[in-house]
Amino acid sequence: MNGVHDMGGMDGFGKVEPEPNEPTFHADWEARVLAMVRAMGGAGAFNIDTSRFYRETLAPHVYLSSSYYQKWFLGLEEMLLDKGYIAKEDVAAGHAVTPAKPLRNGKFELGDLERIMVRGKFARPAPAPARFNIGDRVRAKNIHPTTHTRLPRYVRGHVGVVERNHGCQVFPDSAAMELGENPQWLYTVVFEGRDLWGADGDPTSKISIDAFEPYLDPA
Amino acid sequence: MSSDHDHHHHHDHSELSETELRVRALESILTEKGYVDPAALDAIIQAFETRIGLHHGARVVAKAWTDPTFKEALLEDGSKAIGTLGHVSRVGDHLVVVENTPERHNMVVCTLCSCYPWEMLGLPPVWYKAAPYRSRAVKDPRGVLADFGVTVPKDTEIRVWDSTAETRFLVLPMRPEGTEGWSEAQLAELVTRDSMIGTGFAKTPEAPS
Repeated sequence: MNGVHDMGGMDGFGKVEPEPNEPTFHADWEARVLAMVRAMGGAGAFNIDTSRFYRETLAPHVYLSSSYYQKWFLGLEEMLLDKGYIAKEDVAAGHAVTPAKPLRNGKFELGDLERIMVRGKFARPAPAPARFNIGDRVRAKNIHPTTHTRLPRYVRGHVGVVERNHGCQVFPDSAAMELGENPQWLYTVVFEGRDLWGADGDPTSKISIDAFEPYLDPA
Repeated sequence: MSSDHDHHHHHDHSELSETELRVRALESILTEKGYVDPAALDAIIQAFETRIGLHHGARVVAKAWTDPTFKEALLEDGSKAIGTLGHVSRVGDHLVVVENTPERHNMVVCTLCSCYPWEMLGLPPVWYKAAPYRSRAVKDPRGVLADFGVTVPKDTEIRVWDSTAETRFLVLPMRPEGTEGWSEAQLAELVTRDSMIGTGFAKTPEAPS
């Protein structure tokens, strides 16, 4: 979706402000939110792409005015409501007042910790040969799905070069909408800064994205 | 703790933010529904605070600086090479390491959300997840580097890696001059988080830490 989360190339947000000696968390509740998201994901309530989509669908003014973990919290709550794991009545009461819904992997317990501390595996068997080779010129499609996609706006319509092939992986556009993993070939595609940003672009810059095959046409 | 909470119920409302109250309520709901064990949540937090962190990335960089065979393997297949180091083998299958040289400076961003090599660097800093960095890194990378006080020679190519899939990128910074003969452990002390994101350089021997 063409949301405010798709920030590449936007102006007006000001300078980057690194914080010296930044703590891991700025408040205890941030840590609780992170843990709840990881635990409920580990319990099978949602996949990582769906959780990203729920953050992206926060209202633009909410997205822009919320801190990172506020976005995580708001996305989590909305997602759990939508998927039926919690009800509005529970939220209003601040306690569970409706029945639980079974989780795919069951309750998240201490013994499940190790499983979520290893990064997920996203590689899948290829349903078809790769369409593109290293060095091929490709054009990012001019597409504007209203659902989840990982093709940022700033490359759409532009021509780049395939630099790496990462194999076949879970396709976030499908997985986020719970339409199955629909594995697709994944490539690093590199663009010239001036092709993306015009004559004012930095002539020494190159920008790459990781692009799934359905995002690309031959050029 | 729960009796304390009950006793100070109204008091808490005045002191806790709206967000804190909502987060507490959600945790109560998830716990009462039997979805999560709060002790498991504690364990997750502890693991993120203690097990992951930039010391893992620093160790990998220092080894690459001293061991050409490891460096070659690392640049060929980051996940596989790091997997051979044992205790940092939780990095998963999709880690790509890119080398900074006098000819090319790499930097990493996630314009769409906050993708970052957690296992190697720990949880990302706020600036990495915030709009100024995510919006400008791809359009004005030298301007962003200037915000960090970093200047890259004008003829050096700037390569920005937008982490739009599950691939995670780690920058192998240039080894500082004046470190000939240093041990891996000594070198690891010079490796900063920002040098592995590409928004900084490794520390030099004479710089105060």
